Amino acid sequence: AKTRRSVLNQLKAIVGQGPLDERAVTELETLLLQADVGVTVTDWVIQQIQAQIRQEALPPELALKLLSGLLRQVLERPYQHHAPNLTPVPGQLNIWLITGVNGVGKTTTIGKLAHLATKSGYKCLIAAADTFRAAAVEQVKIWGERAGVGVVSNPSANADPAAVVFDAIGAAQSRGVELLLVDTAGRLQNKQNLMAELQKVRRIIDKKAVNATVESLLVLDATLGQNGLRQAQVFTEAANLTGVILTKLDGTARGGIALAITQELGLPIRFVGAGEGLMDLRPFSSYEFVEALMGI
Amino acid sequence: MFEALSEQLEAAWKKLRGQDKLTASNIQEPLKVVRRALIDADVSVQVVREFIQGVETRAVGKEVISGVRPDQQFIKVVYDELVQVMGTEQVPLITAPQSPSIILMAGLQGTGKTTAAAKLALYLKKQDKKPLLVATDIYRPAAIDQLQTLGRQIGVPVFALGTDVNPVTIAQQGVAHAQSEGCDWVIVDTAGRLQIDQAMMGELAQIKTTIQPQEVLLVVDAMTGQEAANLTRTFHEQIGITGAILTKLDGDARGGAALSVRQISGQPIKFIGTGEKVEALQPFYPERMASRILGMGDVLTLVEKA
Ligand SMILES: Nc1nc2c(ncn2[C@@H]2O[C@H](COP(=O)(O)OP(=O)(O)OP(=O)(O)O)[C@@H](O)[C@H]2O)c(=O)[nH]1
Ligand SMILES: Nc1nc2c(ncn2[C@@H]2O[C@H](COP(=O)(O)OP(=O)(O)OP(=O)(O)O)[C@@H](O)[C@H]2O)c(=O)[nH]1
Ligand SMILES: [Mg+2]
Ligand SMILES: [Mg+2]
Repeated sequence: AKTRRSVLNQLKAIVGQGPLDERAVTELETLLLQADVGVTVTDWVIQQIQAQIRQEALPPELALKLLSGLLRQVLERPYQHHAPNLTPVPGQLNIWLITGVNGVGKTTTIGKLAHLATKSGYKCLIAAADTFRAAAVEQVKIWGERAGVGVVSNPSANADPAAVVFDAIGAAQSRGVELLLVDTAGRLQNKQNLMAELQKVRRIIDKKAVNATVESLLVLDATLGQNGLRQAQVFTEAANLTGVILTKLDGTARGGIALAITQELGLPIRFVGAGEGLMDLRPFSSYEFVEALMGI
Repeated sequence: MFEALSEQLEAAWKKLRGQDKLTASNIQEPLKVVRRALIDADVSVQVVREFIQGVETRAVGKEVISGVRPDQQFIKVVYDELVQVMGTEQVPLITAPQSPSIILMAGLQGTGKTTAAAKLALYLKKQDKKPLLVATDIYRPAAIDQLQTLGRQIGVPVFALGTDVNPVTIAQQGVAHAQSEGCDWVIVDTAGRLQIDQAMMGELAQIKTTIQPQEVLLVVDAMTGQEAANLTRTFHEQIGITGAILTKLDGDARGGAALSVRQISGQPIKFIGTGEKVEALQPFYPERMASRILGMGDVLTLVEKA
């Protein structure tokens, strides 16, 4: 495997020689495609670079800056319509609905968010609305304990998730909770019944918590390939997404699908998960993300 | 999806009407179309490169059969090559000469190992076998609880020693327990781990050395992107896998990871997971996977004539 340093040197050599020849295009394309950026965004980035380099020859350092600037531009596109940072509004109820396909890290991320919010002084509560998967409630309860945050659940098997959310909103309202985190069952976006169930959860939130600030966040695993874009599209329809959380960035996967999502759907990336521990979550930074993607 | 690929291929061939042979130069455009389709399907860039070379070698010099459109003939070459790489037949589980036979599950976090372990146990139970599940994931919150719940659902015992015992010891005692209970299969569930996590990979290697399993099955999520190549390479180099299970194929991902796993490890994909329920396990059929990766519903009827 190439070391990070050599990727950087390679990049410098590629982009610092005037208009990109076929070999250079292939190299750059490979770098982006191997990060799961996808064909569409990759083509766009290369076109942009070609156009600029044709106008004026750039020394390697500047050409590299041009590339990272382009990638950041893609990632920051959503900030035209969304604030660059996401924090709960203090002194009122915020509801963050956490959704995604199976196994991406929703429940773990809930634990991390609960910890982060509590540390920042918010009064927090978790709704255990995955009533389907084996031991899902037990799992989220352990995370609640770790973060020192209460968990609202329904012990009966296959309880209605919307009912759990309804109860949790009631509890949050009466206890003066500022951030209610809703854990949902993993679901593949082509399962119509499960997407309808999610829609119902979303409707309950909008109805029962009229004055709450609602964030609907899709969790994506950095190892996901091009299907991630499809997920974001379909979950947007069912849950009215307002953002994305990218997990498992502690591995070698670069999570390039994030670029396709910001470019094509305009959804901001809000947090990144980089580990299985309570503290392994931080706000998204396009700068750090691009550095990691380019192997700098 | 198939329409898209075949239309693009047709367009690429339009310029070449009247040519009666596939040549190195007239297949370049169509090859580009296929390359894009494979990358869209998440086949690793490196694997795509090798694959395209294979197709090129096979295609060049082929006479176009009269009455068959060259784009169709070309796609048949692509399809055949894909099936060839995927492995042409379904490969069953390896059994030990003496019971119990041991299966070790391995893979990244959240890919579906625990679920697949339970599915395999049910699959074996339905063949009148006596399986035992072993819970060695002492890290993930409620992982043991999850396996025990699944075990109850399918009526298969689960061997567990809590979270304070070393996973290597749990695996070892689990196998011993299976022997004394006269079980004929042992399925060892393990914690998810990144292939770059030295300590966790060391632990898995030690479990393998200790229990000497017949099968080490790498569990890979069908939605995995380019990372499939890296993880397969490292798991195979550091642990040695005997096969793979591709999960979550009930989704709409094209599943190009299958090609990468197969090409890089040389080991067969043995089963696919097609749902969250414990019954949702099926044998792997290479032809179906090839059609799916190409995004073609019924490739066979289309290329029958070719
Ligand atoms: N390495 C790593 N592992 C993670 C990260 N986030 C979650 N995981 C692991 O991924 C696996 C799945 O995490 P969960 O939180 O259960 O995922 P989920 O989306 O809630 O899963 P379902 O509810 O079954 O759909 C667990 O083993 C987690 O420890 C991360 O940022 N890095
Ligand atoms: N739709 C679908 N979901 C699946 C399939 N296999 C597993 N899942 C789901 O994927 C999620 C993760 O499955 P697990 O079996 O917990 O995965 P794991 O590899 O054991 O996870 P860790 O132990 O945390 O590494 C759960 O929500 C499962 O229900 C499948 O074939 N199809
Ligand atoms: Mg969960
Ligand atoms: Mg597990």
